[in-house]
Amino acid sequence: MSLLEVKDLKVRVEEREILHGLTLTVNPGEVHAIMGPNGSGKSTLSHVIAGKPGYEVTDGQILFRGEDLLEMAPEERAAKGVFLAFQYPVEIPGVATMNFLRTALNAQRKARGEDEYSTPDFLKKVREVAKSLNIPQDMLKRGVNVGFSGGEKKRNEVLQMALFEPAVCILDEMDSGLDIDALRIAADGVNALRTPDRAMVVITHYQRLLNYIVPDVVHVMSKGRVVKSGGKELALELEESGYAQFEDAA
Amino acid sequence: MNVVVAKTETGRALSDAFAVARERLPGKGAIAEQRRQAFEAYERAGLPHRRIEDWKYTDLRALMREVLPLAPAPDAAALTRAATAAKSVAIAGARRVVLVDGVFAPSLSDLAGLDKGLNIRSLREVLEGADTALAAEALTSDAANPMIALNGAMATDGVVVDIVEGTVLSQPIQIVHIASAQAPAAMFTRSLVRLGRDTVATLVESYAAADGAKAYQAHDGLVVSIGDNARLDHVRVVEDALDAFNISSANVSLGAHAHFNTFGLTSGASVSRYQLTIAFAGQGSKVETNGVNLLNGKQHADTTLFMDHAVPHCDSREIFRAVVDDRAHSVFQGRIIVRPDAQKTDAKMMTRALLLSDEAEADNKPELEIFADDVTCGHGATTGALDESLLFYLRARGLPEKDAQALLIQAFVGEAIEQIASDELREFAILTAQRWLEARA
Repeated sequence: MSLLEVKDLKVRVEEREILHGLTLTVNPGEVHAIMGPNGSGKSTLSHVIAGKPGYEVTDGQILFRGEDLLEMAPEERAAKGVFLAFQYPVEIPGVATMNFLRTALNAQRKARGEDEYSTPDFLKKVREVAKSLNIPQDMLKRGVNVGFSGGEKKRNEVLQMALFEPAVCILDEMDSGLDIDALRIAADGVNALRTPDRAMVVITHYQRLLNYIVPDVVHVMSKGRVVKSGGKELALELEESGYAQFEDAA
Repeated sequence: MNVVVAKTETGRALSDAFAVARERLPGKGAIAEQRRQAFEAYERAGLPHRRIEDWKYTDLRALMREVLPLAPAPDAAALTRAATAAKSVAIAGARRVVLVDGVFAPSLSDLAGLDKGLNIRSLREVLEGADTALAAEALTSDAANPMIALNGAMATDGVVVDIVEGTVLSQPIQIVHIASAQAPAAMFTRSLVRLGRDTVATLVESYAAADGAKAYQAHDGLVVSIGDNARLDHVRVVEDALDAFNISSANVSLGAHAHFNTFGLTSGASVSRYQLTIAFAGQGSKVETNGVNLLNGKQHADTTLFMDHAVPHCDSREIFRAVVDDRAHSVFQGRIIVRPDAQKTDAKMMTRALLLSDEAEADNKPELEIFADDVTCGHGATTGALDESLLFYLRARGLPEKDAQALLIQAFVGEAIEQIASDELREFAILTAQRWLEARA
C-alpha cells in the first residue's frame, strides 16, 4: 500500500481555487521533491496535508496508509505519523522548548496508546538528537524558537522530526532564509532520518536544496497541478531552463 | 448635583443595619466616633455607580445593588466547615491566621511559637485595647472612596501584624478569609501590617468559601507600612465562590530603600474589585505589582491601581494579564502619578488581555500623570485572541486543541507569575492557574 496518496485534490481559499486536481503517490522509503514557481500551490498542499484551518477541500482525497486524512484533526494526523516542517516556524514566548517537546511527544504517544516517556528517558533522547544536530542545550531551555536564527529554527524542526519519528515528513521550503552552512547542517539532519520505511516530500523553489537532499522523484507544480514528474535529473533541467516552459502547460 | 441625596430603600436598610451592628463593632469612644464619620462618608456617596469615573466599568449599584446585613458570628458547625476550606487553600510552611465570616478564629489559626520580633493580634483586641493611635491607624478610612469608608465603619475583626526592626521572618504569614454563612450576608474585615526598618516578610492573603456558603459579600481592607530598607513580598489569591462578591482595598506606603513585590490572582467571585494604592514616601524604593485574572461564565473582576510617586529615585513596574472566557469581564485601571518632586522616577506598566470568546470583554485604562521632567515612564496595553498560527503549530505537533490552548494561556500568564520572587509561592500560583485551566478543559 502507498504511504500517502493525494487523489485529484481540489482546494479553495476564500472562494479562490488554489489546487485544481492534484495527484501524488508516495511510497515508503521514497523522497519526493515538489518544485514550482511562487504561487503554484506548493505550500497550500503542505498545509492541507497537515490540516491547517482555512482551506476548503472541494474535491478529491488524501489517504494515509489507506485512511482518510481529511477526516482527522491536525493532532490526530501528527499522532498517525504525518509531520510538517514549517517554512516559517513560529515563536512561542513563555513555552520552554524542552517542555513543548515533551508535551508534544507524550501527547502523540498517548494518542497511539503507547506509554508516555519518563523524564530521564526523554532527556536522554533529546540530548542525543540535539547533539547530532549541533543544537546547544541552552537553546532547549529558551522559549520555542524565541530569538532563534533562521538556521536554528530549521534545526529545531529537524530535531522534532527526529524525536517524533514520523512516517512521512513534509519539508516546506526548508531552504528559505538559510545560508549555505545552515542549509548543509539541516540537510545532513534530514538525510540521517532517511529509512526504508519513512517517506519525505521536499517542497522547494530552488534546485540547490536537492544537491543536499537527493530525491528519488521530482514533480513540477504549476497553477495548482503537477505538470511533470521525473527523476532527479528533472531538477537540474529546471535549473537550466526555469519554470516558464511549464506555465503554459498548466 | 443634588446636595441632599434621597435615601433609597436599601440605603435606609443599611443605615438601620449600621445602627444595629454598632453594638457588635469593637472599639469605644474615639474609635466609635471614627466609625460613625466613616459611615457618614459612605452614606453621602452610597454605592458607587458608573457615572463616577473610577467606577465606570464596575457599577456596584447595578452589579451588587445592596450591601447585605452583617454575617452572624460563626458557630461550631461553621468553624468545622471553615476548617476544611482553610486547609484547601493552605500553603505548606506558612503560618496561618484564619478569619471566618469576618471573625478571627483562634482554633483554626497557628499563633504558637512566633518568631522573635513578630507580633500578631486580632483587630478586635487592638480596637478594644489601650493603644488608641494604633487602633485609629488600623481603621484608617478614605472619605473619597465610599467602599473603603464603609469597610472602616463596619470592620468586625481582622489581623494586626507587627514586625519589629531588624526581624527577618522565617515563614510566610497567610491570612485566610473563609465565608461560611448559609444565608446571604456581608463580612467586613480590616488588617494592618507594619514592617519596621530592615525587616523581611512574606504575606499571603487567600479568600475562599466553605461548603454551603451563600451569595456572600466579602469586604476587606488592608493597611501596610513598609519601613526603611524593609522588604515585603505579597501574594493575594481570590478563589471566592462564584456567586460571591469581593470588594477589597489595600493601602501600602513605603519608606526609603524599601521593596514591595505584590502579585494577585483572581479566579473566583462573581464580582470583585481590588483597589490597590501604593505611595512612595522615601527615596530609592521599588515596587513590582503583578496580577492575573482568570475569568469565565459571567464573572466580573476589576483591579484598580494607584501608584503615587511623591519622592525622587523610585521605580515601579506593573505587569497585568487577563484571560477572559465566555461572557466574563475583566477591568484593569492603572493610574501612575509622578509628582513634581519625584525626579528620576522609573515607572512602567504593561497590561494585556486574552479574549477566549466573542462575548468576553476586557477594559484596560492606563493613566499617566507626570509633573516632573526627568523621569522614565511608559505604558502599553493590548487585547487579543489566541494566535491561530501558534495553535496550529502546536496541534500539528500532536497537542489536542484544549491542551494547545492551555499551554498558550499558561505562557501568557507566565510573565506575570514569573515576577513572584519565592519559588514556593510561584509554584503555588502556577498550580492555581493550572487548576483553572483543567477545570476549563
